[in-house]
Amino acid sequence: MRKGRVTGDRAPAADPRDRASGGRAKPAPGGRGLARRRRLTPYALLAPSFTLLVVVLVWPIVHMVWMSLHRYSLPEVTGAREPEWNNFQHYLFILTDERFWTIFRNTVLVCLLMVFITMVLGTLVGLLMNRLPNWLQATVGTTLMLAWATPIISAAIVHRWMFDSRYGLVNPVLDALPNWLVGSNWSDFNWLNDPVPFFSVLILTVVWQAFPFVAVTVLAGLKSVPNELYEAARVDGASRWQTFWRVTVPILRPLFALLIVLQVIWDFRIFTQLFILAGGFSNREIFLLPYYAYQLGFASTPQNYGMGSAISVVMTVLVLGITAYYIRIMVRQGEVR
Amino acid sequence: MNVYRLRHILGQVGAYTGAVAVMIFALFPVYWILSTALKPNSEIFTREPSLIPRELTLEHFQRVLSGVLIPETTFWSFLGNSLIVTLGSVAVAALFAMLAAMAVARFKFKLRTAFILLLLLIQMVPVEALIITLFVNFHSVGQALDISLLGNLSSVIIVYTTVALPITILMMRSFVAAVPPELEEAAAIDGASRWTIFWRVMMPLVAPGLVAASIFAFITAWNEFLVAYTFLQNSSGSYTLPVSLRFYFGRVTTEWGAIMAASTLLTVPVMLFFLFVQRRLVAGLTLGAVKG
Repeated sequence: MRKGRVTGDRAPAADPRDRASGGRAKPAPGGRGLARRRRLTPYALLAPSFTLLVVVLVWPIVHMVWMSLHRYSLPEVTGAREPEWNNFQHYLFILTDERFWTIFRNTVLVCLLMVFITMVLGTLVGLLMNRLPNWLQATVGTTLMLAWATPIISAAIVHRWMFDSRYGLVNPVLDALPNWLVGSNWSDFNWLNDPVPFFSVLILTVVWQAFPFVAVTVLAGLKSVPNELYEAARVDGASRWQTFWRVTVPILRPLFALLIVLQVIWDFRIFTQLFILAGGFSNREIFLLPYYAYQLGFASTPQNYGMGSAISVVMTVLVLGITAYYIRIMVRQGEVR
Repeated sequence: MNVYRLRHILGQVGAYTGAVAVMIFALFPVYWILSTALKPNSEIFTREPSLIPRELTLEHFQRVLSGVLIPETTFWSFLGNSLIVTLGSVAVAALFAMLAAMAVARFKFKLRTAFILLLLLIQMVPVEALIITLFVNFHSVGQALDISLLGNLSSVIIVYTTVALPITILMMRSFVAAVPPELEEAAAIDGASRWTIFWRVMMPLVAPGLVAASIFAFITAWNEFLVAYTFLQNSSGSYTLPVSLRFYFGRVTTEWGAIMAASTLLTVPVMLFFLFVQRRLVAGLTLGAVKG
C-alpha cells in the first residue's frame, strides 16, 4: 500500500490527491490462470510506454556514455570503421580545455542570472496580480500565458530582429532616450557579437517566455494562503513587508523551491534561442554547453560525436543531479506514492 | 480614515498601472512580429522604425504562401508536416499514457513506485544532450532496416511521443485515480468486459483530463525546433514549420518581412488554440513540470 505522507507544507500547486485505491475489487474466482493474468495486467498496460521510454530516452543515455569513451566520427556511424576505445581521452581533454571551462562558467552564470531574474520578476507580477480584481487577473493571466505559448523559435527570431544593429527597434529607442539614462552612440551598436550584450539579449529572450509560468504559479500559491493568517498578522500590527517575509514566503517556500529547480533545469538546456540569435557556430565566445556539444558533434569537421557525447554526459549528470533534488521535494510532499 | 481611503485608491491606481505595463511587456514581441509582417519593405528597412505601420501590405504573406523563398517546397507542405507530427505524436502519447495511467492508478504491483520515479527522473533528461546519440541511433537503425528514418517524419514523431509521455502519464494518473472504483465494479457486476469498462466507463470520465494533459504535448510538438531541425535538415520536403523558419535567413540579406509573416503563421494558430483551451490548461498548469 502506498503511504503518501501529506505534510502541512505541501505546495498548493499539487495535483488533486488521488485516493488510495490500491487495485480493484476482489479478484474474480476463476482459478490460477486468471489470477496470474491479473498480476500481469499492469505490466501489459505499461509495456508500450515503457518500451518507448527505454528505447528513446534510457538507452541513448547508456549509448552516449559508451560513445564518449570511444573515438566516434562519421566513419564509425556508417560502420566503415570500428569505434576505438580511447582511455578517457575525451574527458582528459575536457578537464584541461580552457575553452570548455570558459563555456562552462558562462553557462552557469547565464543560467543563474536567468533563473534569478525570472523568479524575481515572476514573483513580483504574481503579487501584483493578487491585488487585482478577478476579471483583470484573468485578463493579465491570459496575456502572460500567450508569451509562454509563443513558439521558442518565433520568440528568438523577433528578439534578433528587435536587436538588429541596422534596422532593429532597440538602437533607435535607446538613442532617443536621454543620454544620462542610457548613454549615447547606440546607432549601429552590435548586440549579437560580444558575450555581454549577446547574453543580455539571450537572457531577455528566455526570461520573457519564462516569467509568465512563475507568475501564474505564484498567484495560485498566494490564493491558497489562508486569509486568517493575514488577519492575524494585521491584528498583531505587522507591516506589509513583515507579513510578506513572515507569512507568505514560509508558506510558499516549497513552491519556490520547486519553481527554482524547474527553471534551473530548463535554462541549463537553452539551445534554440542561442542558435537563432548567434546565427551559426562561428563565434565561440558566445557558446553555452549544449551548443558546444552540438557544434562538436554536427558542425565541426570531422564530426566529433565522441567529444560531443562527453560534454553531453557532463550536462546530463548535472541535470540529473538537480532532478534528484527535485524528486526529493516531490517525495517529501507525498507526490510519489 | 480619509488618509486610508487615499492610500487605498493610490494603491489601486498603482496596481492597474502595473497590470497594463506587464501586459504590454508580455505582448510587445508578439505585436512586433505581426506589425513587421504587415509593413512594406520601405518601412522595415529604415533607421526610423514606426511603432504602428503607416501602410499595411500582405505582400510578405503572399511570398511565404507561394513558397518562393525555399526552392522546391511550399508553405502548405510545412504546415502539413507540422500537423502530422503534432497530431500523430499527441494521439499516440495520449493512448499510451492512458494505459500506463490505468496501471499506476488502479493496480498495486511491485515496480509501481520504481516506474513513477523513473518518470520523474526521465522527464527532465535534456533532449539537447541526447540529440547526438538519437541522431546516430536513428541513422544506424535506418541503415540496418534499409529505410531512411532521418529525413522522415516518423523519427520525429517517435521522439516527440516519448518526450510527451512522462508528463502526460503523471497527469493522467491523478485523473484516473479520481474516478470512483465503484463505477467500474458496478459495470463489472452488470457483466461488462474489461475492454467495455475501459471505453464506456473510464474514457468518458477522464476525457477532459486527457485533453488537458495533451495540450502540453500538443504545444510542445508544434513549437519544437531542435530535434526536427537535426533530423530533417537535409530533406526540405519534410520540414516542419519551425524548421522552415530557419531557412528564411539568407546568406547575404535577410527578408525580415517574410520571416515575420512566416512566424505569424506559426505563432497565431498556437495562440488561438491556447485561448480556446486555456480554461482546461489552468488545472494542469499547476501540476509542476510542464515545458519540455
